[in-house]
Amino acid sequence: MIEIKNLHANVNGKEILRGINLTVKAGEVHAIMGPNGSGKSTLAQVLSGHPAYEVTQGSVTFEGQDLLDMEPEVRAHAGVFLAFQYPVEIPGVSNSYFLKAGLNEIRKSRGEEELDSMQFLKMLKEKMKIVEMDASFINRPVNEGFSGGEKKRNEILQMAVLEPKLAILDETDSGLDIDALKIVSAGVNKLKTPQNATIVVTHYQRLLNYIVPDFVHVLVKGRIVKSGGKELAMELEANGYDFIREEMLQSA
Amino acid sequence: MSETIEELVSQEYKYGFTTNIETDTIPPGLSEDVVRLISKKKNEPEWLTDWRLKAYRTWLTMEEPRWPNLKYAKIDYQSVSYYSAPKEMKKFNSLDEIDPILLETYEKLGISLTEQKRLSGVAVDAVFDSVSVATTFKETLKEKGIIFCSFSEAVHEHPELVKKYLGSVVPSADNYFAALNSAVFSDGSFCYIPKGVRCPMELSTYFRINASNTGQFERTLIVADEGAYVSYLEGCTAPMRDEHQLHAAVVELVAMDNAEVKYSTVQNWYAGDKDGKGGIYNFVTKRGKCAGVNSKISWTQVETGSAITWKYPSVILQGDNSIGEFYSVAVVNNRQDADTGTKMHHIGKNTRSTIVSKGISAGRGNNTYRGLVSIGKNATNSRNYTQCDSMLIGNKCSANTFPYIEVRNSSSSVEHEASTSKIGEDQIFYCKQRGINTENAISMIINGFAKEVFKNLPMEFAVEAQKLLGISLEGSVG
Ligand SMILES: Nc1ncnc2c1ncn2[C@@H]1O[C@H](COP(=O)(O)OP(=O)(O)O)[C@@H](O)[C@H]1O
Ligand SMILES: [Mg+2]
Repeated sequence: MIEIKNLHANVNGKEILRGINLTVKAGEVHAIMGPNGSGKSTLAQVLSGHPAYEVTQGSVTFEGQDLLDMEPEVRAHAGVFLAFQYPVEIPGVSNSYFLKAGLNEIRKSRGEEELDSMQFLKMLKEKMKIVEMDASFINRPVNEGFSGGEKKRNEILQMAVLEPKLAILDETDSGLDIDALKIVSAGVNKLKTPQNATIVVTHYQRLLNYIVPDFVHVLVKGRIVKSGGKELAMELEANGYDFIREEMLQSA
Repeated sequence: MSETIEELVSQEYKYGFTTNIETDTIPPGLSEDVVRLISKKKNEPEWLTDWRLKAYRTWLTMEEPRWPNLKYAKIDYQSVSYYSAPKEMKKFNSLDEIDPILLETYEKLGISLTEQKRLSGVAVDAVFDSVSVATTFKETLKEKGIIFCSFSEAVHEHPELVKKYLGSVVPSADNYFAALNSAVFSDGSFCYIPKGVRCPMELSTYFRINASNTGQFERTLIVADEGAYVSYLEGCTAPMRDEHQLHAAVVELVAMDNAEVKYSTVQNWYAGDKDGKGGIYNFVTKRGKCAGVNSKISWTQVETGSAITWKYPSVILQGDNSIGEFYSVAVVNNRQDADTGTKMHHIGKNTRSTIVSKGISAGRGNNTYRGLVSIGKNATNSRNYTQCDSMLIGNKCSANTFPYIEVRNSSSSVEHEASTSKIGEDQIFYCKQRGINTENAISMIINGFAKEVFKNLPMEFAVEAQKLLGISLEGSVG
C-alpha cells in the first residue's frame, strides 16, 4: 500500500527524518514507537503533506502513486488519513458540516455522488456509535471546547466517516482514560478490513494491548533503528528506550 | 506559508461591468448654483432647496475628518460631478416603461425588477447612479398603508412626512460627509410603516453606481410608527474603474413606541484592484433613533467592498427599554482600508445594546473597529455588551480596535470582549487533510468566524453574504 524509501525531511532547516524505510501492506497494522522528539509526528505530518515540513530526499509511493507530489487534500482523496496528535479547533463550524464537506469532496474525487444532509446525518449517527459519542457533538463547533479525550475520539469518528485506506494515528491514546482508550481502540479495530492499513504512532505500549500490531518499529533520532513483531513493544515497555540506545552504541 | 499567502490572486469582481446608457450629467464642481441646479432638476419645493443650501453653507465651514485610521489621497470635491441620471427618466407608470438596458443591468446583478419574477416577496427600490429607477410591489404595500418609494417621490407625495423626519436623526451639520450629502443628495429610498403594521415583506434598496466621475449621494429615510415592524435590506455594487469614486450616503431610521426596524446591508462596492487602484470611497452616516419606549433598531452589515470605508451605524436609545444592536462583518483584502464600528447612545432608562463586530483582514488590508458606548446620567439600569473579534489572514494585514466607553451612572454596566486570531496554517492543513481544498477551507473558517453575524441576516441575504465572503477572500491564502 505504502512504500517509504530513504525519506529525509527538514523542519526550519533542521533535519528531523534521516532516512526512513518502511513498507506497509493492506491489512497490516504497524506501530511506530520511539522517545519524545524522535520524529514520529514529523513522519506522520510528512506523509499527509504538511507544508512546514520539507522533504529533502527519498520517495513515498502510495498505491503506485508518488505521494509526495500530491497536495494534502489530494492525498486525503486518495485515502490517506491522519488522526492528529493535536486536533485543531475551528470555531463556528459544526462538526457535521465539516465532516460532510470533507466526505463529499472525497466522494466527488472518486466520481461518487455527494451525500445530502439527510443521508449524511443518518450515516454520521451510525458512525458515532462506533466511538460511543454523544449526539450533541454533531452540532458543536469542530473540537472547540472539547476535552483532550473528546478531541481524540472525534478524530476516530472522522476516520470512521471517511473510511481511509491508510490511517495514521498519532498518539491517539494520549489524553484518554482507560475506558475511553478501550472504546477508541475497539472503534479502530472495528474499522479494520483486509483492504486498509493502519500506522499507529505511540509513545507508550499501553495502546498496543488493544490495537495489536503486526509489526513494531522503533524510531530514534529520525531513523528506524529496530523492527520486530508485537513482542518488541513489550520489550520496550519492560526495558525502556535506553536498551535500544545501548544496543546501538554497541553495534556502532 | 507566508510566501504562499502573498500569492494574492483576487477573483475578479463580478459586478464590474458598465452599462451604456445616455445620462444627464452635470459638469464637475460644487457651488451654491450646483446645489440649486440639483434641487431644480428634481423640481423640489423651496423649503428643501433652502435646507440644502443651509447644509452646503455649513459644509463650507467644516473640515474633512482626519481622525479615522484610513489612508487615501485627498479628495478634490470640485472634480466630482454631483448629479447624473439616466436620460429620459420621466416618471414611470409601470415597469414596462423602463429602459430595457436598465432592467438588463439589474438582471445581471441578480436583481429582478419584474415583480412576478421576484421570489420570496422582497420589494425592491433600485437606485441607478443618482436616481431611483423602479420600486416594485408598491401596490401590494399600499394596501397596508405602507409607503415605499424613491426619496424624490416622497418629497412630492408625502412632503409632511419628509419634512418632519428629514434630518431629525442625522442633522445636516452632523459631520462633514453628512453635510455634503444634505446639500447634494440625489435620491434614495423612503419608507413609512404606519401604526401597528408589520411590513409583510422585506424591503430592499439596491444601489448601483454606473457613471464615471460622479459621486453618489443617496439618502434613505425609514420611519416605523408605533408598533410597526420592518426589515430592510440594502445591496450595493459598482463598475470597476481606475479612478476612485466618492459615495457619501445618509441613512436615518426612526422607531416610535414599540416599533422595530431591522436594517441589513451587504456592501459590495468595487474595492479597487490588488494594488489599490480605483475603488469606491465610502463615507456613510447611518443612524437610528429609538424614539419611543420599547423600540428596537438593529443594524447588520456585511462589508466586503469599497477601497475606503468610513461608517458607524449608530443607535440613539432615547425611549425607555429600547434596544440597539449592531452586528458587523467587515472584510478587507489587498489594499482596502476600513474604519468602521458603531455608536450606542443610551439616553432612556433600561436601555440595552449589543455590539458584535467581526473584522477580517487579508492581503495588505487594514481593518479598524471604532466603537462608542455612552450611557447617560438618566439611562439607569442600562447595559451594553460588546464583542470585537479580529481575524488575520497572512502577515501583511492589520487589525485595530478602539472601543470608547462613557458611563455616567452607577446602575449600568458595560461589558467588552475582544480577541484576535490568525487563520493558521494548521487550521487549513487540518481541513485539507480531511479532503477540503484551501479555498473552501478558508471560506469555511471565515464563515464560522462570522456566523454570529450571518444568523441575523434574512435567509436569502445570508446565503449571498456567505458566498461573497468566500469570493472576496479567494486566493488570499495559497
Ligand atoms: N514545526 C516544527 N518547528 C520546529 N521544530 C519542530 C517542528 N515539528 C517538529 N519539530 C522538532 O522536530 C523534532 C521531532 O518532533 P516530533 O516529530 O514531533 O517528535 P515526536 O512526535 O517523536 O515526539 C523535535 O525536536 C521537534 O522539536
Ligand atoms: Mg509526536
